[in-house]
Formats: sequence, C-alpha cells, structure tokens
Amino acid sequence: MLEDVFRDEWGRVLATLVGLLGDIELAEEAAQEAFALAAERWPRDGQPQNPTGWLITTARNRATDRIRRDRTLARKTEQLGRELRDLPEDPMDDTATLPDERLELIFTCCHPALALEAQVALTLRTLGGLSTEEVAGAFLVPFETMSKRLSRAKRKIREAGIPFAVPPAHALPERLDAVLAVIYLVFNQGWGAGRVDLASEAIRLGRVLATLMPDESEALALLALMLINDARRHARFRDDELVLLDEQDRSLWNEKQMAEGRALLERAMALGAAGPYVLQAAIADLHVHEPRDWEQIALLYGTLSRLTGSPVVDVNRAIAVGEIDGPEAALQILDSLDLDDYRYLHSTRADLLRRLGRDDEARLAYERALELTAEGPEQRFLSMRVAELPAPSDRDE
Amino acid sequence: MRRPFVYKDNGKLEKGPHMKYALLAYSREETSGERRTREMHAGIAAVLERPNVDGFVRLQSAESATTVRLEARRTLLTDGPFVDSKEFLGGLILIDADNLDGALAVAAELQELDLTAAIEVRPVFEQELGSA
Repeated sequence: MLEDVFRDEWGRVLATLVGLLGDIELAEEAAQEAFALAAERWPRDGQPQNPTGWLITTARNRATDRIRRDRTLARKTEQLGRELRDLPEDPMDDTATLPDERLELIFTCCHPALALEAQVALTLRTLGGLSTEEVAGAFLVPFETMSKRLSRAKRKIREAGIPFAVPPAHALPERLDAVLAVIYLVFNQGWGAGRVDLASEAIRLGRVLATLMPDESEALALLALMLINDARRHARFRDDELVLLDEQDRSLWNEKQMAEGRALLERAMALGAAGPYVLQAAIADLHVHEPRDWEQIALLYGTLSRLTGSPVVDVNRAIAVGEIDGPEAALQILDSLDLDDYRYLHSTRADLLRRLGRDDEARLAYERALELTAEGPEQRFLSMRVAELPAPSDRDE
Repeated sequence: MRRPFVYKDNGKLEKGPHMKYALLAYSREETSGERRTREMHAGIAAVLERPNVDGFVRLQSAESATTVRLEARRTLLTDGPFVDSKEFLGGLILIDADNLDGALAVAAELQELDLTAAIEVRPVFEQELGSA
C-alpha cells in the first residue's frame, strides 16, 4: 500500500524538488532519501497528514544538508546552498503553497534536444517513478546501458540549459506533440511477460497530462485513445494467440474504461479543431461499435492521412475502403504506397489477395510480412494463415 | 535547466542567471562561382547587432585553412581544414540566452535565411576570455 502512495507521489515530489534545486540528479537523490526515510518511519509512526509536503520538506532538507557537507558540490552550487538555508525549516503543511511542477518536468524530459529514447526513459523514470532497473527491463536493454542513457540525458539537460518550463504559447503545439508522441510510444510498447506493463504506465502518464492540461484537446484525446484500445487488452489474446477484433469476446472488454475514454473523447471534440489524436480516438471508438461504420472510418482515416501525411495511415484507410468498395479498391491504395518495410502493408495485402482468391500472390505477401515480424503471436497468426491457403499451384521451373 | 534559484517571500522563484551559447554555423561546400566575400548578408548582420550577441567571428574559406598536427613528436602541416567534409565551419556567434530554447530560437532564425547547411548550438563554459 505504501508502495502505491510512493508511486503516486514520486513524480509530484520530484517535480517540485527539481524546481527548488534546479537539477534533476540532485532532486532524485534527495527524493530517494526522503522516500527511504518514509518507508522506515511511516509504518512505525503513522503516515503524516500531508504526505506530499512531508516528502518534499524532508527531501529538501536532505539536499541542503548534502550541499553543506559536500564541499565540491557546495562550490558549484554555493548560491543554491545560501538560498536554501533561508527557506523555512518547518514541515510544509499546506500543499497549496507547493507548486505542482510536473508539467514543467514533462516538457523538460520530452525536449526535442534529447534523443527520443532518452526522452522516453527519462519520462518513465522521473514522472512514472519506475526504477532504472524497471525501465531497462521494459526496453530489454542491460541495466548499465539504461543507467548511462539516463545519466547522459540528465547531464545534457544541466549543461545545455534545457529549460524547466512549460513552453510559451507560440511553441506549445509543437512541443506538446513531442510529449504526446513519447507517451503514445510507451503505450505501443505494450505489455510482455514479466515486464513492466508499459500500456498502464502510458495511461498513467496520460492521466497526469490530461489533468494538468484539461483544455488541450489532443492531451485528452490521447488518453481517450489509449483507454479505448487498452479496454480490449484481455480479449486480444486467447491462449496467447492473437484474436482479431471481429472474433473477440466482447464480454472481456472493459466497458467502464471504454466509457471513460468515450467521455474524454467527447470533451476533446468539444474543444475545437480535430487533431491527429482526436481523429485516432474517434476511429478507435468507431471500431468497437457494431455494426462498424466503415464509411465514417474511411472518411476519418482520409482526414488523418491529409493531416499527418503518413503512409501508415493510408494502409488503415485501405482496409476501410476495402470493406466498402471491395478488396481491389483497397489493393489499389496499398500498391501506391512506398512502405516496403512495413509488415502490416504486406499482411493487409496478403489478406486482400486471399479474399480475391489470388492465393499465390497472397502467399508471397504473407511470406514478406513474416520476414518482417518478430517471433510471437503475430508471427504464429500469419503462419497459420499461410497454412490455410490451398496448396500452391504448379509453377513452371 | 537553469531553474531560477532565488526563492522569494511570495513563494515565487526569481529569474536566474543567463547562459552563454556558441552557434557554430556550417556552410555548404563552396563552388568557385560563389566565393566567400567580406560583405555580410543583411539578415545575419541584423541578428549580430542585437544586444544578446556577445561576439562573432566569420571564417574565410575552408581552402585557406592550414591544419597543424603533432605526429611522432614532429609538427606536421597539412593544407586544408581538419575535418574534410562537404560542409565546413563558416563562422561562430556567441550569444546570451535564458536557456537552450532561447539559443535554439536564434539558430532557427538564422537557419531560415537559408545561407547555412546547419547550425550547431553548444553551451559555453562560463568564464571570461583571458581570465584563466
């Protein structure tokens, strides 16, 4: 239970400390000490009335002590040491006076001057409260590699002067896009055996962002999109095998979560112009309605394609068009795309060719898709489809 | 980061110190037709006149460079720039900015003039020249 409190408090406490101390590394060390102290004291003495305030005050005092002790550091942050000593020593009881600076921290961690993989790792570590070990495990890289990646990112933030601030209005749309991209990337890493449940982590981060930016339609829509898609997680696999949407057991869908996503989507749409995440959330929602409104889905994919210029979107549009105008119309779209390395292009093509009875071509397309697919349920699904095709016709040698 | 450190009575944090950045402007390979000239582009000149600009140098053409190395304890001279690439360092501008975003904005503005191949933004150690 204490662990849950810690997970929820970590980002909030750390963000305020970064604001006070001006350095992520210093803030992290101080926060860690405060949380360790809490783990020792709270079970014995009871939880303080204001856990957040207690943790921040304790961490800040620890940081001040450390600065006094450590002379090298003291020289570097002489100014900081002086200022911190002037802060009131009493535990802060009024959380209202402690600014919630998680938004500042998100924008620092997702600054485009950092490599994308560093942005992702840093966001999970600082705001998600995952340990370095957990982040390393989630991305299947050795602990040392992740540790170095995080240290390097923190050093760059410090040395290059990446700001701890919410970007001004003129820069906000672009910078918010970067934040949304990081969270959605975490979501799409999904979940795996024995690994951190990254989909849930992404939803958690999405909730923080949607709470802090309640008027940003794209922030709300991203959360909506993740909630709606994640609501089907238990229906997506049966005995570890992939189950297509049409064959999913709807009783396994998390209706409450879908409803929450839908409500968020409605709020996002009411805020005005439809951005890429609003469109994607709307499409995700259309997909779970029976019967599926393919016309509407194709229309929204068309809008999304114009907005993003992404050929991946066109693959999805082709599927919808295929449902309305038949497989040939879909193939026409697919064959106009330059996406040879995209496995879903080939698996989609294969499926359309199969439905047209062009089995030999379908087989080749499945094989190309298989080449691009890592071992796992998706690969087994494709192999099964190949096996179901009629035996290959005789070909000339 | 450069988070303002000064904690005010009202609970607000006061603006912190500035940072210095070097903008390293890389030019595209020069063709014999377009030699580097002494005259400066008006767009660049306008940026260089701003108060946040600490100083700048414009380098003459890369082919006028001589590179000095030490090899087997002997000084070795070669004709041409150290890094032999299509792009070469054409100039360096020192600016003051609140943080990286401020420096990046100036770089983006210069880059929009379409005279440079790319601009590298590097923080500078804070010490006065000659104070070491």
